[in-house]
Amino acid sequence: MSELLQLLVSGLSKGCVFGLIALGFVLIYKATEMLNFAQGELMMMGAFVAFTFVNLAAMPFLAGFAVTLVVALAFGMALERGVLRPMIGEPPFAVLMLTIGLGFVLRTVAVNIWGTDPRTLDVPYAGEVLVVREVVFGYDNLIVIGATAFLCGGLWLFFRRSRLGVAMQAASQNQLAAYYSGVPVKRVASLVWGISAAISAAAGMLLAPISLIDQNMGFIGIKAFAAAIVGGFGSLPGAIVGGLLIGVSEEFALRYLWPGFGEVTAFVILLVMLFVRPQGIFASLQKKKV
Amino acid sequence: MTEPEPLLTLRNIETYYGPIMAIRGVSLEVRERSIVTILGANGAGKTTVLKTICGAMDPQKGSVTFRGEDITGRDPDRVARLHLGHVPEGREVFPFLTAEENLAVGAFTRRRANLNEDLALVYGYFPALAEHRKLPAGFLSGGQQQMLAIGRALMLRPQLMLLDEPSLGLAPRLVAEIAEIVVRLNREQGMAILLVEQNARMALDVAHYGYVMEVGRIVMEDTCERLKNAPDIQEFYLGMKDQGVRGRRRWKQRKTWR
Repeated sequence: MSELLQLLVSGLSKGCVFGLIALGFVLIYKATEMLNFAQGELMMMGAFVAFTFVNLAAMPFLAGFAVTLVVALAFGMALERGVLRPMIGEPPFAVLMLTIGLGFVLRTVAVNIWGTDPRTLDVPYAGEVLVVREVVFGYDNLIVIGATAFLCGGLWLFFRRSRLGVAMQAASQNQLAAYYSGVPVKRVASLVWGISAAISAAAGMLLAPISLIDQNMGFIGIKAFAAAIVGGFGSLPGAIVGGLLIGVSEEFALRYLWPGFGEVTAFVILLVMLFVRPQGIFASLQKKKV
Repeated sequence: MTEPEPLLTLRNIETYYGPIMAIRGVSLEVRERSIVTILGANGAGKTTVLKTICGAMDPQKGSVTFRGEDITGRDPDRVARLHLGHVPEGREVFPFLTAEENLAVGAFTRRRANLNEDLALVYGYFPALAEHRKLPAGFLSGGQQQMLAIGRALMLRPQLMLLDEPSLGLAPRLVAEIAEIVVRLNREQGMAILLVEQNARMALDVAHYGYVMEVGRIVMEDTCERLKNAPDIQEFYLGMKDQGVRGRRRWKQRKTWR
């Protein structure tokens, strides 16, 4: 029983990371109809930047976390402005290739700056555990779950309550009408990229204490993409739920199924989902209008 | 004794869709507190004129001046900031936002605005919206969505409102209702309105001045009183076919336009 619980918690924390990256995919897709396959690399960059601030510059952990979020936000916005905006009106396939290329570039940049050795992020809670009735939970896992819940709550409030958040939703639902209403759609798109990059960076920082930081950690972006599809592409809660589903299944598969099976769990779930319910768990009602 | 500068002036606009010339040199004026209509068949370029005014499309040639400012080729959000409202063809509400959120987006540019005051104004004109304020706009009926789209533009407190086919797909009773609202907005808010319509009867009843467009140019302009009595308009736009004109084609009568 205690083993099941521990697996569940570590699976959930892994799922949270998938979910956050998936959230990044969905946000960008909804706002700009672009698929950003460099999302995992944005996460990797976030982890490295946090590593620079916390380990190398010896900043307190929380301050390093905050500064990293700001840097990621700015980086995401700059990326949209400089690289993606000139691609408006180009075929979606070209944009897709561009983002895949962007992922390669970011990996190379990371290797050139931080080298190929895996790094660890110094966090005050590393290795600490919480024991409840002889069940052991790692603080790193619990903090991932807590921070994800906090981030999602913040995002929910932002999109439901704030003037800018509602305008962002409007721009994603009908770009031209938002333009006519005076919403600066281009700047909104930049901001969405910034937010998406910041969320991915947060995922990277949360994942860093659990796994190691290296230039290839971004490859879990593919699993996060599967999570976004399982959740119903275009749905924000779906992204998180899909992430959790895949994270937990993967954790249990790693423990109880044949070796090597854990790595493909995400894609097995994706395949099954595409057969059974291709629109995903939370199907977004909107049909694409041409 | 010079006449006051018109609120909106289009000079010799030419707009293309790729290689296709949609607007072939259009000039028009909208004076303050007036209702101006553009009539024309499908594909005459009416909607394109509106899109060119509000900045969704850039003209190849010509200029658009609004309130004395040259707004040619400006992004639509910056044009909207000058209090130019645009109600697009086919309503185009935000389907997953509630009616009230739709209106709030309309007030986006007016950071300091008193939102409740503006909402009260809109709900005053459209009581049906107040009833459904918490409902997602996608659930509203076609007529209510049209009202919502007009209300959303109203939240900008526009000096000029571009209205693109407000009667599209609505029942005759609703068309009359919309027409009445247009007149009231003009009279009570002192708002200039540029109305694009296929429903020529309604448009000519509501407007003061009218332009007639055909394949990208303006072929006729006059006060609506006189347009209503012009034989061409009566035959082609109001469907009052005179026996004597039958068989004679319009382009055989006029030779001034290519």
